[in-house]
Amino acid sequence: MQKSLHIDPNKCTGCLQCEMACAWENHRSFTIAKSRIKVFTFHKEGRFVPYTCTQCDEAWCMTACPVDAIRLDPVTGAKIVLEPTCVGCKVCTIACPFGTINYVASTGKVQKCDLCDGEPACAKACPTGAITYVDADWTGLGKMRQWAGKTDTNPATV
Amino acid sequence: MAWTKNVLRVNLEAGTCTTEPLNMQWAQDYLGQRGLATKYLVSEIDPKVDPFSPKNKLIFVTGPLTGTMAATGGRYSVVTKGPLTGAIACSNSGGYFGAELKFAGWDMVIFEGASPKPVYLLINDGKAELVDASHLWGKTVWETEETIKAQHQDPQIRVAAIGRAGENRVLYAAIVNDLHRAAGRSGVGAVMGSKNLKAVAVRGTRTDAYQMANPEAFFAATEAGKKVLAANGVTGQGLPTYGTQVLMNVINELGALPTRNHRDVQFEGAHDISGEAMHEKRPTDGKANLVTNGACFGCTIACGRISRMDPGHFSVKDKPQYHGASGGVEYEAAWALGAANGVNDLEALTYANFLCNEDGFDPITFGATVGAAMELYEMGVLTEKEVGFKLPFGSTEAMVKLAELTAKGEGFGKIMGLGSKRLCTKYGHPELSMTVKSQEFPAYDGRALQGMGLAYATNNRGACHLRGYMVSPEVLGIPVKMEPQATEGKPAMLKAFQDLTAVVDSAGICLFTTFAWGLSDIQPQIQAACEGDWSEERLLLVGERIWNMEREFNLAAGFTAKDDNLPPRLMKEPAKTGPQKGAVSKLDVMLPEYYRVRGWTPDGVPTAETRKRLGV
Repeated sequence: MQKSLHIDPNKCTGCLQCEMACAWENHRSFTIAKSRIKVFTFHKEGRFVPYTCTQCDEAWCMTACPVDAIRLDPVTGAKIVLEPTCVGCKVCTIACPFGTINYVASTGKVQKCDLCDGEPACAKACPTGAITYVDADWTGLGKMRQWAGKTDTNPATV
Repeated sequence: MAWTKNVLRVNLEAGTCTTEPLNMQWAQDYLGQRGLATKYLVSEIDPKVDPFSPKNKLIFVTGPLTGTMAATGGRYSVVTKGPLTGAIACSNSGGYFGAELKFAGWDMVIFEGASPKPVYLLINDGKAELVDASHLWGKTVWETEETIKAQHQDPQIRVAAIGRAGENRVLYAAIVNDLHRAAGRSGVGAVMGSKNLKAVAVRGTRTDAYQMANPEAFFAATEAGKKVLAANGVTGQGLPTYGTQVLMNVINELGALPTRNHRDVQFEGAHDISGEAMHEKRPTDGKANLVTNGACFGCTIACGRISRMDPGHFSVKDKPQYHGASGGVEYEAAWALGAANGVNDLEALTYANFLCNEDGFDPITFGATVGAAMELYEMGVLTEKEVGFKLPFGSTEAMVKLAELTAKGEGFGKIMGLGSKRLCTKYGHPELSMTVKSQEFPAYDGRALQGMGLAYATNNRGACHLRGYMVSPEVLGIPVKMEPQATEGKPAMLKAFQDLTAVVDSAGICLFTTFAWGLSDIQPQIQAACEGDWSEERLLLVGERIWNMEREFNLAAGFTAKDDNLPPRLMKEPAKTGPQKGAVSKLDVMLPEYYRVRGWTPDGVPTAETRKRLGV
């Protein structure tokens, strides 16, 4: 079964444990500036929204890369940046419609979410279940269940 | 090595920023944050210095767990000599600012002198510079943060700033970071204003700023800690759902909710301003005051309140800038802006709280000062002519108007900015100021909860609830249940709480973890992050050392045992209603015992033996 990251912004509190976990996983540092997942605060609306790469099936970053530095991990479905191959041309950052692949000045390469080889650190660190790692075919299962619970099939018993 | 080992020293007079190595011996003796910065402060300033003199210093400080995955590891403090009290001031804040400072590579920033013109400090990792802030002077905290981010074209900069209250030297001005988290008490914002320092703006991107001494042990300890927080009723359910406002109805029913300047101990309007009420749909627009809960950096509790006002409420009807969501009332603010002056309008409280965040002033001292002013008004001592409007207890309009005037420093707001001690003294009734060391009580009556009364009286920074939270044993039964009116064992329990709190603060984590965590949960996290051997015994010794160091500073500043007192109202006027009816404070019974367990003389001075044992 392939899995994918599933984000439920309603559950996010903006604690940034996910950003620290991501930075640690990839840079051995809690410095959130290096995180591949970002939590955006919409202060006036009172909303927190975690955002990262959704691993497009037809990944424009991968298509745009002139040196073939972005490869598909057939097991996880992640699009992975091969650092030794990447030349830091940033074309992928232009191609990505969502902005989730970014250049890292200190390394001269780009970085993006690679699903941590199938054990995403962000999902593990999230204390509220706002970020989960679930069956890729059933990211809507939780919502379906929620709405199913509201379906009133036998009014007499209510 | 969870310290960055770097201190940034900013001389505001000369306009210079210099780097110096952290005194690692002091880090070993005082851990970090509150303890470490206080050690620097007391070593560098004259205890008798005027808080507004350029010779006073202002220190922003992080702890070893700040900027780590330890739950709530995002706290920083501001340490200085406080203008409200004249005592040591240390105000702790959450939000994201503290962690950013650490990521930029700094344990501490020491400001000395005063700038000849308004400036802000801009830190970009290792690079620090003072930038002209004349265009920001006169602006609110909110405008300042927006302007700085726009000016540097960097939305990821974190900003801690003062508003107009700090510029005007309101004696309880706060430093506000991330729009609505505050180093709130004792007037640290006024000291910042006196130095012509408008803001500190930080961007931290270093991955090599500090390391965990033992990463594997660190993750094991912090993950275990998070599980304890999640499983606990207070930190896992009560606080995320209702915030600290979970207490409003509980404290009121216990007869410990100071009301109308401590004339009463129960408020008939408590439910209207409670955490439960924040969830209820308003009849006016069908929406609840509370939008969601929010967390500070690294916090898995998330007690923060994010509120949105009823746009039709009289206070904001024509002010769209207050129609969006922002930081809502916490328990202490709701009490001070509400029960302390008899106001039960949740929307008005939310508006006044927004103003406190927007212009940077402490809602506890402000609200309590409103209560004192209302009592003076009802006695006929303070007149409508002087205030400019009627000021009876329970007047929502008056409370709102005073908040606006205090924020702007206009009219009677200038007098309000002095706090209740100076206000009541000015009008000939200093006894009506509900303060210890000139700082106002928070939301627990010191008669109804005997241990809290003792905690207030002995607090190094004046009355506050964050240095020895006896509410835990007296109300919540943590770690053991103690009857509110009992006195036995409370001095020793308070000492234990005060010492533990000093450790928690100095580590860089949030005190609220201690609803669930004991020292045995905290110790492994510190041990794994820091080099050296940090046993529980050693940590408690560090806490005790910090407490005594603060005490010694206050003694040198001119405080004596006479200042470890409570206002006559709490000593002589019995609680009128509720389960604690008839109670007065038994401070005279507890204080000598407290001095004894502290190893102090009957005059409240650490004995030579205590000094030797603690090395202060």
